[in-house]
Amino acid sequence: MSGIDKENDLPLLIAEGLTKHYGRQLGCRDASFELYEGEVMAVVGESGSGKTTLLQMLSTQIEPSAGRVLYRMRDGAVQDLWTMSEPARRFLLRTDWGYVHQDPQMGLRMGVSAGGNVGERLMAVGNRHYGNIRATAADWLGRVEIPQNRIDDTPRTYSGGMRQRLQIARNLVTAPRLIFMDEPTGGLDVSVQARLLDLLRRIVSEMRIAAIVVTHDLAVARLLSNRIMVMKGGEVIEAGLTDQVLDDPHQPYTQLLVSSILPA
Amino acid sequence: MTAPVYNFAYLDEQTKRMIRRAILKAIAIPGYQVPFASREMPMPYGWGTGGVQVTAAILGPQDVLKVIDQGSDDTTNAVSIRKFFTRTAGVRTTTATLEATVIQTRHRVPETALNENQVLVYQVPIPEPLRFLEPRETETRRMHALSEYGLMHVKLYEDIARHGHIATAYAYPVQVDSRYVMDPSPIPKFDNPKLSNCAALQLFGAGREKRIYAIPPYTRVTSLDFDDHPFEPYRHDASCELCNATESYLDEVITDDEGHRMFVCSDTDFCEQRRAAGHGPVAARPQAEAAHD
Repeated sequence: MSGIDKENDLPLLIAEGLTKHYGRQLGCRDASFELYEGEVMAVVGESGSGKTTLLQMLSTQIEPSAGRVLYRMRDGAVQDLWTMSEPARRFLLRTDWGYVHQDPQMGLRMGVSAGGNVGERLMAVGNRHYGNIRATAADWLGRVEIPQNRIDDTPRTYSGGMRQRLQIARNLVTAPRLIFMDEPTGGLDVSVQARLLDLLRRIVSEMRIAAIVVTHDLAVARLLSNRIMVMKGGEVIEAGLTDQVLDDPHQPYTQLLVSSILPA
Repeated sequence: MTAPVYNFAYLDEQTKRMIRRAILKAIAIPGYQVPFASREMPMPYGWGTGGVQVTAAILGPQDVLKVIDQGSDDTTNAVSIRKFFTRTAGVRTTTATLEATVIQTRHRVPETALNENQVLVYQVPIPEPLRFLEPRETETRRMHALSEYGLMHVKLYEDIARHGHIATAYAYPVQVDSRYVMDPSPIPKFDNPKLSNCAALQLFGAGREKRIYAIPPYTRVTSLDFDDHPFEPYRHDASCELCNATESYLDEVITDDEGHRMFVCSDTDFCEQRRAAGHGPVAARPQAEAAHD
């Protein structure tokens, strides 16, 4: 993977002590980290470990009980996401960010053609030229390896892997700087997963997008990410460079996770 | 009391007050859908219960009422609503557009230009233009609040992708005063330009959906489109066979089961006025002409 630009040494996203309680139930406690431009971080852990809660707090879908998320905007100003106005936050969400759902049906408009799905963000930011929107959509379908003659078909007619790739195209069309992925390869068979991972790895490094990938699949984490965070019971128990954590896990739980991978 | 006694124009005064408040708010925020406590009316939903309530709230004893349904003064819906107000309000009714002070309409805007002393009341089945794209009411309200209207263009995009042009022919979405996107009710898009800069006040009432919205006089209303696929009003390429009008919106009428058809003005009052002024039908046409295709 390409090197990380630390020229200015300014993180893109800073999480400070993010905590979420669901009533008396703990969702996530005191998660803090920094993410730099072009860096891919994986969040791993078993079901119920707070991965998704963390991702939702970062992407402003749920409000943290404590802690804050700081984001460096394109103009260089650092903003606290929860003090921003709602329109500004939603604008950020559909221009500078992307969110890839595990289930493509959540992230796509199933009744709208592939071209319309990819073009939606462009139209949302005020693009009003049909020809240009369509050309951009066609270009993006090509980049995610969807045949261009399928541009007017709805995602209903697509296979699972194609849907997931379409969802990625739909998110990347506004050239975001940060993308959130919630189990992007869940529910896909192994060969389709491999192809999707190749694609993601290529795009992320080409476009120098920072990404936070939530996954329970350590293989995905190893292939995609520079850094890794291991969560258990709502807390981050180990964090570091991916290879370092996976090759030399310190925590007993991480050791268990690593050793539970079937040998290739 | 034993016999039912109706207030003037059927609704009681408190209800009218409530509706007038909603109307005032709607005029103050052009294109914004104001919720109101829609009443049961003595007619089924879909027959113009929203329009009837708005009309009842603004009607005064001096008003002259005209009711049109698809441009016509003499279809069931128009006749029954006219009768309803004749009976409950005793107001004078008319079919002439220029004589009326309140015009309740379903699916058309009259061809004759309206003036400042007139109010046009639309019957609206589904007030939310984003409804079929986004089913959640909470979400559509938020989208209106934040002017997030990209989705509306997705619909137009789909039209062009499927049909090669914007195929939406009625209820064509408009933006009022560069702010709210609004459903103009199911009028043909031919009528959309008439909404803009109109001298008359335009009120929209949706009874089942409990919403009132308005376009104040002389407000700019633009139809949404793409730079390379601009909005175009559609009209059959023909002239009216009764009055020979070439500018009016035409209805296609099937005249027999052998494929014969004729085009006539959809606005019956407009057509009658023209005929009274001496505009006649086109010279006799060869019978076979209409039978092809």
